[in-house]
Amino acid sequence: MSPMDGNGGGGLVGARVPRPNVRRLIHGKGRYTDDISVPGMLHVAFVRSPYGHARIKGIDTSAAQASDGVVRVFTGAEISAVFEPLVSVAAHRPGHKSAPQHVIAVDKVSFQGEPVAAVVADSRANAEDAADLVLVDWEELPVVMGIEEALSPDSPPIFPELGDNVCFQHAIDTGDAAKALAGAAIVVEHEFEFGRHSAVTLESRSVLADWDPVDGRLDVFQSHQSPYQMQDVYSRHLGIPEHKVRVTTPDVGGGFGLKINVHGDELAAAAISKILCRPVKFTADRIESFLADCQTRDHIATAKLGIDADGRITVMDFENALSVGAYTAYIRFGLAEGMMAIMSAAAPYSLSDYHGRTRVAYVNKGIVGMFRGVGVPIGCAVTEVLIDKAAAAANVDPVEFRRRNYHREEAYPLTSVGGYHAYHMSLERCLDACTGIMDYPALRTEQASLRDKGVYRGIGVATFVEAAAFGPIYYGPSGARVSTQDGCTVKLEPSGVVRCNTSVTDQGQGTLTGIAQIVADELGIGMDKIEVLAGDSATTPYGGGAWASRGMTIGGEAALRAGRALKANILDLAATILQTTADTLTLAGGEVRDRETGDARMDLAEIGRIGYYRQDMLPPGTQPELMVTRHFVPDAAYYVANGVHGAHVEVDVETGFVNILGWWVADDCGRVINPLLVDEQIRGGVIQGIGNALYEHTQYDEGGQMLNATLADYLLPMAGEMPDIKIAHVETPVPDTQLGANGIGESGTIGAITVLWCAINDALRPLGAEVTKQPFTPEHILDVLAKVRD
Amino acid sequence: MSEETAHISLVVNGEPVSKEVQVRRHLVDFLRLDLELTGSHLGCEHGVCGACTVRVDGIAVRGCLMLAVQADGCDVVTIEGLSRSGEVADLQDAFEQRNAAQCGYCTPGMVMTAAELLAAGGVPDRVEIRDHLSGNLCRCTGYQAIVDAVEETAKARAGR
Repeated sequence: MSPMDGNGGGGLVGARVPRPNVRRLIHGKGRYTDDISVPGMLHVAFVRSPYGHARIKGIDTSAAQASDGVVRVFTGAEISAVFEPLVSVAAHRPGHKSAPQHVIAVDKVSFQGEPVAAVVADSRANAEDAADLVLVDWEELPVVMGIEEALSPDSPPIFPELGDNVCFQHAIDTGDAAKALAGAAIVVEHEFEFGRHSAVTLESRSVLADWDPVDGRLDVFQSHQSPYQMQDVYSRHLGIPEHKVRVTTPDVGGGFGLKINVHGDELAAAAISKILCRPVKFTADRIESFLADCQTRDHIATAKLGIDADGRITVMDFENALSVGAYTAYIRFGLAEGMMAIMSAAAPYSLSDYHGRTRVAYVNKGIVGMFRGVGVPIGCAVTEVLIDKAAAAANVDPVEFRRRNYHREEAYPLTSVGGYHAYHMSLERCLDACTGIMDYPALRTEQASLRDKGVYRGIGVATFVEAAAFGPIYYGPSGARVSTQDGCTVKLEPSGVVRCNTSVTDQGQGTLTGIAQIVADELGIGMDKIEVLAGDSATTPYGGGAWASRGMTIGGEAALRAGRALKANILDLAATILQTTADTLTLAGGEVRDRETGDARMDLAEIGRIGYYRQDMLPPGTQPELMVTRHFVPDAAYYVANGVHGAHVEVDVETGFVNILGWWVADDCGRVINPLLVDEQIRGGVIQGIGNALYEHTQYDEGGQMLNATLADYLLPMAGEMPDIKIAHVETPVPDTQLGANGIGESGTIGAITVLWCAINDALRPLGAEVTKQPFTPEHILDVLAKVRD
Repeated sequence: MSEETAHISLVVNGEPVSKEVQVRRHLVDFLRLDLELTGSHLGCEHGVCGACTVRVDGIAVRGCLMLAVQADGCDVVTIEGLSRSGEVADLQDAFEQRNAAQCGYCTPGMVMTAAELLAAGGVPDRVEIRDHLSGNLCRCTGYQAIVDAVEETAKARAGR
């Protein structure tokens, strides 16, 4: 009998359990925010800046106001009267600065797509018609677009009150990198550019805000990863007591980090609802998603790696710079994008000297927020590309070179030169697992024979790390109101079935299924006896929601502890009823059983019946507690997951096209709760990483105009070009939780962005060329080939 | 322009529908807003992503590239009707077992497109399946599980 059949014999954790909540999505029964309508609902369309930087000299809304179906047109000044501007400055990062951001611009705009007016009408179509009639008197201002340009002292500040366009800078120095580089036997150097891109959730951002002036209550449906975070934001900025704000996140059509950000247009919709005392819906269309969604990456870097005469890495030097748009993203800042890059660099390797510096620039582009990987793909890619180059210089196979330079087993727990704290990393085991499933030696043999025929195939083998499930030390000192705790309530219903409420949210990853598996195993029931509810700030335990690959690690641990506590309560009640002691009993198969003999003593429905309806049968003073809540917050700053990706590519040196021939992943995400879902997190992450590395690029021209704000122009991976992916697991349970799960959500993307760079360079190495810019367009590949041919 | 309407009569999911509709309204807005059939989704509204795929007179089409008035006299099937008919119950079971949907936003369009391939009969190979699905963007799964689900269904139907 399979564990899914409801025998409750345990064994759900670790099994390939399909998601009970996916069936309705496959049958068209999903309920996403834009699917929800309420009586009296109005629609908002935003007038957005056509310029990257401009002063608003005046706005004439009269024609729009008179347009069909229009209820009211709002400018920034009206909204700012009820909605405090967003100020996103990290208290723990001295020198960090950011200008106040109005949710609708008041006197100037600083990126194309910034909202300048909101038209509220009886339909989205009528609101859009009227938005075209809003006349703005613009005075164009000079734009700052390039990272180095923005960081230069001559750069005109986008916000003069800030003095310059430097958002933040930070350096990490371990040992003496300059001295170590001077003494190295071999030093390799590489240039890097990681293009800016967009999350492109297929369901765009959407919010339905409904202010009830009678009850003083704001109800919000929102396509978001954290209803708790948004409850806090609406409460504080709109001056509504927190218990009168309820944020529900229904089905969410893709998050990937985008939907943990706070976007001004969504907040404006809530402010408008409060002003008009009407429900207001805003759903971004695709062009405004490209323009106004938080964006990601956009780094440049130069890095060096030094090795000694024995082929040991001694030193790394990593100069990083990035742009984050015109403001620091509210409320989580964009600082992790640079910090994680320089912290994660070199993390797998044993070296003594390191210099890493990140400089963060303000430019007239969209705001950079959170997205899958947050800076770590940069640190990993820079490191692994240098490792390959050093291995080639030392004439050592790159797999062997990694093995020689990984941290030794006895070194754990350790702090890497960049400051990554790792209780353990299973680097060699993952390297063996990955090179095993890809049959690395055979690929090398084939590669050599094909090169003689003018076929350029590349083999990439790259290590990644992923800092997952951040603990309270991460955001606490920053002043950002971000919870790193999660909770779970488990309730036995009278008929013996179980309901869980969790603060973890699920945008398709399957975390709610994992939670059901964990609790069901604790209570000895099958998947058909349990349902997990989430995404409602009013009724679920307070927590973080979904970010930083924390669902199983933190939310799963809370669920395990809640399930274990309910089990204890059930056994206590059963012991009272059965006139025995709880330690002689256990739960399995939906029954209370004798721990020694396994004999059934009573089923859970009987516990429910007596516990809820027949307390008269119990001794006086007995208080059945058949609902339990537990929370979990980690002591650790984060848990480092790790793994190795292998990629096999063919580069057409005549056309510059890259064809992916094979992909392999060995991943250590701690204890695997559900391999079916973990594997699909990896695969989905890899394909996103391939998209980032080969196709995706949010392009602006020199004047601040986005050039490719449609899905026809912004290229994404489609089924035809993508590979099948083989996966192996290495399991190192995290040490200080009972569950032992680590993060998985971001690893695929981090590894893919990294290994593709290695694989393409490997293909081009015999020609003396290397790629320096993601995405690796055919044009870029032909450019670097032309350079070496000249 | 916004008020201009036309009267259309069509069959949607086997039921006759007769409505006054704005001439500028595209088919998927008509289905979602006028008929409250929210299973078809909007991803780009310019014909690239395939989230709005519905069946019109037996052919899978982009609901965002067709006006509602163009569907006058047509037989339209959405994911709701397709699911109810049981025509792709096996495919939908395979999607579930294989975890071929994550956020589920692309899934109705993906099922609609895959149904067309399966209805053509035979057992397409993985390259053919990938090619057929290449007009449907999935941002979550990486496609492999979807290809697996379609392949398994085709094989099961062929008795292999």
